[in-house]
Amino acid sequence: MSRAADIVRNPQLNIDGQLTHLLTLEGLPEQVIRNILDTADPFVSITEREVKKVPLLRGKAVFNLFFENSTRTRTTFEIAAKRLSADVINLNIGVSSASKGETLLDTIDNLVAMDADIFVVRHAQSGAPHLIAQHLNAHGRRDVHVVNAGDGRHSHPTQGLLDLYTIRHYKKDFHNLTVAVVGDVLHSRVARSLIHGLTTLGTPEVRVVGPKTLLPSKVESLGVRVFHNMAEGLRGCDVVVMLRLQSERMKGTLLPSAGEYFKHYGLTPDKLALAKPDVIVMHPGPMNRGVEIDSAVADGDRSVILPQVTFGIAVRMAVMSIIAGN
Amino acid sequence: MSPTTRMQTPEIPDAETALAALAERMRPAVAFDAAFVGIYSGGAWIADRLAKMIPGEHPVGYIDVSFYRDDYARTGLKTGTKRSELPFDVAGATIILVDDVLYTGRSVRAAINELFDYGRPERIELAVLVDRGGRELPIDATYCGARLAVARNLSIVLAKDGERLRFGVENVAGG
Repeated sequence: MSRAADIVRNPQLNIDGQLTHLLTLEGLPEQVIRNILDTADPFVSITEREVKKVPLLRGKAVFNLFFENSTRTRTTFEIAAKRLSADVINLNIGVSSASKGETLLDTIDNLVAMDADIFVVRHAQSGAPHLIAQHLNAHGRRDVHVVNAGDGRHSHPTQGLLDLYTIRHYKKDFHNLTVAVVGDVLHSRVARSLIHGLTTLGTPEVRVVGPKTLLPSKVESLGVRVFHNMAEGLRGCDVVVMLRLQSERMKGTLLPSAGEYFKHYGLTPDKLALAKPDVIVMHPGPMNRGVEIDSAVADGDRSVILPQVTFGIAVRMAVMSIIAGN
Repeated sequence: MSPTTRMQTPEIPDAETALAALAERMRPAVAFDAAFVGIYSGGAWIADRLAKMIPGEHPVGYIDVSFYRDDYARTGLKTGTKRSELPFDVAGATIILVDDVLYTGRSVRAAINELFDYGRPERIELAVLVDRGGRELPIDATYCGARLAVARNLSIVLAKDGERLRFGVENVAGG
């Protein structure tokens, strides 16, 4: 795709094709994704120093706008912003302006008037961060930037990027890999972001594994192979990404019970043995032990679940320092 | 390169000759255990070379000053930022900061700031292959291989042919 076409499709790129908001990995050019991963690398080493801060965003204000609760994601963004020397303001919007009837864009205009530089937005509604970014672009506020921290079922691009960073860290590149994404793909914005990123970076085989009721109806259109049998899906994999099974899914008609789910799709040492010996196991957290993953795997020597968290901070530092500079 | 540009090209010293002169000046003065820290990318090559030319036990580190530059607000973060690697304890160390071209002094300012985020060094000295003048900060080299005066619109760039260092001249747009 040409650069001009990228810009038309992507409100997240500026006129020079540089990243100015991070809204989704879908349609993001490969070199933009690779640049984020490359930039995250030197940020990882900052955590090994005496002073774990760099002055890049000194004097900038990062507003964490969480319309939906997520202590973990908000905390990692807060740490990332503070390590860039930004001031961080946490707003739990669910219990303030929204309940008084203020519209989303009125809230944004007010915060821009308070000199916000970056909005980190988590919203239950798919497309809310896009709406904010387009509003800022349309009002000539190219100096204010938006990072999507998860919107509805749509996208969670920084989680996708930290998954990509983790895979590249352990596997060096994507060109020979078989990656399985296992579980509730239907409700997972994490899965969608990761699949887009993996295909953009040239991963030859991306698999989704799960029961029919938890896979989107036309999931093959994302360029993945579909498996309903866990053993077949895991065979020969280099990377296994387990998704969280949200407890509310089990109350409905999608699944019989947590125990039944674990029997078929829970990752146990026996099932993992079908993958390659040097397989890595990932999970975006928070984990349901005994539902989608066995403790022996979660805490085992193939698990890279905790390094994912550490890399996530560096990836978010990279994203914020790239967009704020463009 | 246009003929007019070539006419403006100043006499650029040979990089290998400048390196030999720099090493000559450093040899009697540099502490036996001083660490050499090269600023990416040219300074890193020179630090590698100097550590072998100067007697003593010299740990070598590399520093990428991108996160400390003062022009981030104007130009953004450049692509290809590398990890800084300082494989020795900065606290209490004698450090020779090494760069290829000393010009405004802004890279050196950024590098010194970054070093202090690793610890409090005992002493920092500055070694440069060439000093082209034009300082915008009160910074001077402790050791210098060559000096020259160059017009502001020209940029002196260090390149490597195999192991051999070579200076080139580039026109800077709007310089």
